Amino acid sequence: MVVNLKSHQNENRESRLGSITGYSGTLRDLSAQSGCGGPANRERCFSQASLCNAACALGLTSFIVDAVIVQHSPSGCAVTAMSVSNSTDQLAATIKLDNSRSAYVCTDMNESDTVFGATENLGQVIRETYQRYQPKAIFIGASCVSGVIGEDLESIARELHDELGIPIAPIHCEGFRTKIWASGFDAAFHAILTHIVKKPEKKTNVVNVINFFGGARKEITEIFSHFGIEPIFVITNTTVDQLARMSESIATLSTCGTLGTYLGNGLEEAYGVPYVRSLQPHGIAGIESWLGELGKVIGKEKEVAAFLAGEKEKYLPQINEIKKKLKGLKAVVGMGPGFGFNTIRSLQELGVEIVYSAAWHFDKEYDDKKAPNAFQYLVENSPNNYPMAVSDLQNYELINILNTIRPDIFFARHPGSAVWAMKLGIPAICLYDEYAVFGYKGLLNFAHSIHDVVTNRSFTNNLSKRVDLPYSDWWLNHKADHFLKKEAHHA
Amino acid sequence: MLKIIDQPRYVCALGAMQTVQGIHRGVPVLHAGPCCAQKLAEGIAGNNGNSGYISPHIYPCTNISEKETIFGGEGRLKETIENALKVLDGDLFVVLSGCTVEIVGDDIAQVVSEFSDSGKPIIYVETAGFKGNNLEGHQWVVNAIIEQYLAKQPPKDKIKGLVNIWGPVPSYDPFWVGNVRELEALVASLGLTPNSIFGEYRGIDNIDKVPQAEFNLLVSPWLGLDTVKLLETTFGTPYLHCPTIPIGAFESTHFLQTVGAFAGISSAKIKTITQAKEKEYYYYIERNSDVFLENRSMSRRFSTVSNAADALSIAKFLVNDFGLFPARQYITDATPEPYRDAIRQYFKEFQYGIEADVLFSTDGYLIHEDIKKTDYFGSPLLVGSIFEKKLAEKLSGNFLAVSVPIKERLILDSSYVGYRGGLKLLEDIYGYVLRKFN
Repeated sequence: MVVNLKSHQNENRESRLGSITGYSGTLRDLSAQSGCGGPANRERCFSQASLCNAACALGLTSFIVDAVIVQHSPSGCAVTAMSVSNSTDQLAATIKLDNSRSAYVCTDMNESDTVFGATENLGQVIRETYQRYQPKAIFIGASCVSGVIGEDLESIARELHDELGIPIAPIHCEGFRTKIWASGFDAAFHAILTHIVKKPEKKTNVVNVINFFGGARKEITEIFSHFGIEPIFVITNTTVDQLARMSESIATLSTCGTLGTYLGNGLEEAYGVPYVRSLQPHGIAGIESWLGELGKVIGKEKEVAAFLAGEKEKYLPQINEIKKKLKGLKAVVGMGPGFGFNTIRSLQELGVEIVYSAAWHFDKEYDDKKAPNAFQYLVENSPNNYPMAVSDLQNYELINILNTIRPDIFFARHPGSAVWAMKLGIPAICLYDEYAVFGYKGLLNFAHSIHDVVTNRSFTNNLSKRVDLPYSDWWLNHKADHFLKKEAHHA
Repeated sequence: MLKIIDQPRYVCALGAMQTVQGIHRGVPVLHAGPCCAQKLAEGIAGNNGNSGYISPHIYPCTNISEKETIFGGEGRLKETIENALKVLDGDLFVVLSGCTVEIVGDDIAQVVSEFSDSGKPIIYVETAGFKGNNLEGHQWVVNAIIEQYLAKQPPKDKIKGLVNIWGPVPSYDPFWVGNVRELEALVASLGLTPNSIFGEYRGIDNIDKVPQAEFNLLVSPWLGLDTVKLLETTFGTPYLHCPTIPIGAFESTHFLQTVGAFAGISSAKIKTITQAKEKEYYYYIERNSDVFLENRSMSRRFSTVSNAADALSIAKFLVNDFGLFPARQYITDATPEPYRDAIRQYFKEFQYGIEADVLFSTDGYLIHEDIKKTDYFGSPLLVGSIFEKKLAEKLSGNFLAVSVPIKERLILDSSYVGYRGGLKLLEDIYGYVLRKFN
């Protein structure tokens, strides 16, 4: 059993995949330790605010255009509704989807609810929200409070499913359940796999593309048309009905190994939809692997090879040209492992040297029990065995390292991280768009971005000259792994 | 009774971490879940000043996990504070607790008291999300600074003319930085010395001066009343309560008259000051009066959908300054019941006996249904948050987002306070109006 769909909730990544958030060493040492039982996780005795699974689970799910989220929590957790407000409208507008049946509401748990429970109000809120928006499905978002006081979300979901006749799916994303926020993706996908996805009635020529926001929708649709297939970008900006039919697709691809593992493997296990195992489509090796492996699965190797040859001919000479200008650059990468390993490979394709990398967590394997392809590729192909850490967005460690190493450029992907390198006078690029390094053209664009940012350093220098760092000299003079506890706990 | 937040426009008490961040070199230390800081900041600060000397992504935080929900998190809090004091260079450390640890029953006061000799001011506030919202949290933080820090300092002499300014809530008021600055400028224009603890490079020095003020000036309909009363009992400082944040000439002049009179400044002197400011203000209004008077799209009637402070001050401006007519006004900040009658009364005190009906609700859906049922006798102007954008479009109305969640605009130092603030508000309203055929 790869993904256990009989259970009400997914196991967190720590226990399911042996994933960790605390490590300090090197790329190949981490690989060597990833055998039986390892790598060992190291706790910290000092930490800074990180992220949680609820933000990932409910942030993503809130972009389904005809579903409602009822978060069973105090008002603060539903701040995600404020964050995604307008963004959901903007995204839906890009493909002219009507999202008037979506909403994100909260049960506003108060002090007496923490003592007496509040499932009755939860039920009323679900009924009321159903009346207001007529959604095709309702997701109940758990919270730390609902979890700690032991609210029975499953019973209320069953009861209201019978009453309202639509899927009512609890998402078990209590913030304390896991230190790995990506477990929240799994929680959302678990709810979707168990409550939304239906048995296939037919097979289609659609490929499920698991991604965040479909930024390369146009390009990928065009590419896939050469192979006689159509993409559906899941799970944001989709309808409940489209998600229900993911089981009918010809294959599943993902732009991020971290994001895709649970849904991709779950669809394969439960409905036989092949999950394409490949590098992610960043840069040359990435796109060759991503489309190449897809081609094998759908029997279109020749068409894929022809398309890739055309891309290579068009863009490789230009990539080689700009590469000359990036020679000698040293970079630090701080990202989640899914994008981090793929970005590092792309940087190495451009001849940029990786001098340090921090991954916000590390999965030694995915749900198919295999090591992540993007990590394995680096272990086998990276020109250097660069130092690396696993840290759940611990900025103090990263600043310490950046201050010591002083790379030419820093690459980030998470909110609030790029500016800290700039404060040290190190230019930074935040790869917010998941398709920023998509294939040959993406790599060419990326190379030019790097060139532009390291050449025109005005914004970085102007800022860094005028701001003070909040870190003490005491800290900056210690080793970055100072607060990682010595005794290692096996996950 | 159904308890629901649809279209949330505030967050929980822990959102008061933004109040600490609003104090230069203040460091929030969170005893809470791993994502509380990041999520709350993204929701209320959003595009508008989410980072700074310190940012939510680097707050020391115990990142409570399953282990602490079972065994308690006091040990974890202790090591986090201990190391935060070593790693971060701050002037005031404020420990804020979240839901889980308060349910588990951690003794936060006890843990924090162990650091009383650390050489840095360190206080704590219990801000569990289920105990209240970020406005209450804001007040608890300010009051904790007074009770746990200022009250323990040796007494100091009052400074003549020094006025503490209270009102704008960091981050929750997207214009708070500019608004604090403008309130300071108005007070300074009377020859008084303003003192605010929030905003750039003020910080602990200004906090230390709070007990020395001649009086406290609260510019807010209800939030902060507890604080100025606490300051009165603790330091014997009198306070002046101005419920309306002054926007535009009418309210700004009224504000200067009220503050000036309280400070004992002669009405002749105040008049000289306000006349000069009004003259400048009406120079701009006169130059642009054709735009105001001659277009096809501007509304005559409006509703605000906002917190009590913004709803009141914007309504006052649009009615008393700009001659619009108020439809029902919607207050979304869960104003505590005891303050509601006074606020209803403020909305009955417009010029020419004009009154506005007020609806208090945290349910955006019901508010929108109510607006849809209202006849504005023309296109409505809706001033609220981004949630009103689609509604205004549907009603062929005009729209401006001024309160959280605000989205689609970047606010650096803009402010709607004072004479210039009124002009800025008109610029922004007509920025929407003029997008349509005129």
